[in-house]
Amino acid sequence: MVPSVVNIGCGAGFSGDRVDAAMPVVETLANKEGPKYLIFETLAERTLALAQKHRRKDPTHGYSPFLENYIRPILKKCYETDIKIVSNFGAANPKGAAMKISEIADQLGCKNIKIAVVEGDDLLQIMSSQDIQNYPTIEGLEIGDNEVVAANVYLGARPIAEALSRGADVVVVGRCTDPALVLGPLVKEFGWGEDDWINLATGTMAGHLLECGGQVTGAYFADPGYKDVPDLANVGFPIAEVANDGSLIITKADNTGGLVSAQTVKEQLLYEIHDPENYFTADVILDISKVKVLEVGPDRVKVTGARGKQRPDTLKATVSIDGGWMGEAEMSYAGPNALKRAQLAIDVLKSRCRDIKTNNPIRFDIVGTMSVHSGDNEDTTNTHKYPDDGDYRIRIATCGHDKEIVERVNQEMLSLYCSGPAAGGGFRQHLTDQVQTASILVDRNKILPKVHFLTDYA
Amino acid sequence: MAQEHMRTVRLHDIAHARAGDKGNRSNISLIPYRAATYEILLEQVTEKRVLELFSNKGASNVIRYELPNLPALNFVIDDVLEGGVNSALNLDQHGKTLSFLLLTLSVEVPVTLTV
Repeated sequence: MVPSVVNIGCGAGFSGDRVDAAMPVVETLANKEGPKYLIFETLAERTLALAQKHRRKDPTHGYSPFLENYIRPILKKCYETDIKIVSNFGAANPKGAAMKISEIADQLGCKNIKIAVVEGDDLLQIMSSQDIQNYPTIEGLEIGDNEVVAANVYLGARPIAEALSRGADVVVVGRCTDPALVLGPLVKEFGWGEDDWINLATGTMAGHLLECGGQVTGAYFADPGYKDVPDLANVGFPIAEVANDGSLIITKADNTGGLVSAQTVKEQLLYEIHDPENYFTADVILDISKVKVLEVGPDRVKVTGARGKQRPDTLKATVSIDGGWMGEAEMSYAGPNALKRAQLAIDVLKSRCRDIKTNNPIRFDIVGTMSVHSGDNEDTTNTHKYPDDGDYRIRIATCGHDKEIVERVNQEMLSLYCSGPAAGGGFRQHLTDQVQTASILVDRNKILPKVHFLTDYA
Repeated sequence: MAQEHMRTVRLHDIAHARAGDKGNRSNISLIPYRAATYEILLEQVTEKRVLELFSNKGASNVIRYELPNLPALNFVIDDVLEGGVNSALNLDQHGKTLSFLLLTLSVEVPVTLTV
């Protein structure tokens, strides 16, 4: 029987999201009528390349490092109250993630839990690194001859729906479009066809609104005195109620902070959208250009007017290659004439860096005068509107493939402790392993996602 | 409107915004607190002005999309992220803070709409 309403909550919107946000969502969902789902979105573009590196070192790793933190607190309650879990926890190793979940389920006494794995996003399984290098890049840098660390296609909602139809309690995906985590359950429950563009569009919009967790419920929104948010420290995560006729309401977990308003929904609706008429996904091209939002109750916003166009013949894939190293180092100057001392420190650094004779880019900031809103090559002496006395922090940043050179630039900041202007303090440095990404388009007929149940592997 | 008393305010007083990134391209939504000020945004927050505002960061092109039903504008700004999240040397590799740079633009608003 087709349900009248499907409830889908979100427990995480990025790989570092709060681990205690899901429980109030689960408790709220447990009290609702009809099918119930909980999604976790934990896979940013470059997270997958890092995961792939982990997997190469240890074949049992390579899934979300936070999986256990997210799953353990809610798994039993979800299982007992028939809340299905859908997530891209899998990263570079969906099967490994499923095995870990199974282990946790055993410990919690969730007997006969059915865990499904969606595979088929990993391009390196079906083509060589060289084949991938030959694809033209549509976004990001040219791949060139660089070794491909990871290459994953954004799968759509269909394999998720299939896994759920076959009885999965938990579905683990590697790379899929973020909205597919929500659209998959809707396709399963409502039986929306592959060319039901308008409903697929609404489901995709619901997914887009949910995929960043609290970003639609008052998080990443507060601007005191302008946009105030109650109890931001305990912001509640979102729940979408989607009806069979395609109507969509965004609300949030009970007994939590935050808010759902027309404003919070509008901000998230346009988040990371370019042309509002053409948001490409694996399942549909979403058109939100005519969407309306309406507050229909406390923390309840109705969203209408999504339109859909035929899905593209290609699927997007993210290709990751080694990106060398990034070095960053910082030092503080404070009190009388601090700005002048900070500027002198930068003069010294510039002179010392010239002696390194590298073509690597190097950026200088004086935090407190100019930093994040400034360009890479701005004049750090053009600070006349800032007081000489103050509390300033200088920063140097560089990147390159030669680790030694990158480290040497950091070292120049450290040397200011004894060889720079008076009273520099609070040195910190970072050296980060970088990944570069590019996007390519792959013929969708080449991609054949497969659903496995953990029991199939035994 | 010409006869009305006008006041210069920052966009921050009449609208809110959020920035997102994809590669070396940023998109920034601009959403008026009051639907009545949407027309002002349409008239005054032009692609040209936004390109100028972000030129120090290397912006090469701006496209403005209009969503009259929300109402809201969506600005897509090319080459503004110093290479993008994987290579930017900027502390803010995603350009998350750029929404509030957009909100520093000044606009002329009828006094009746600034309250």
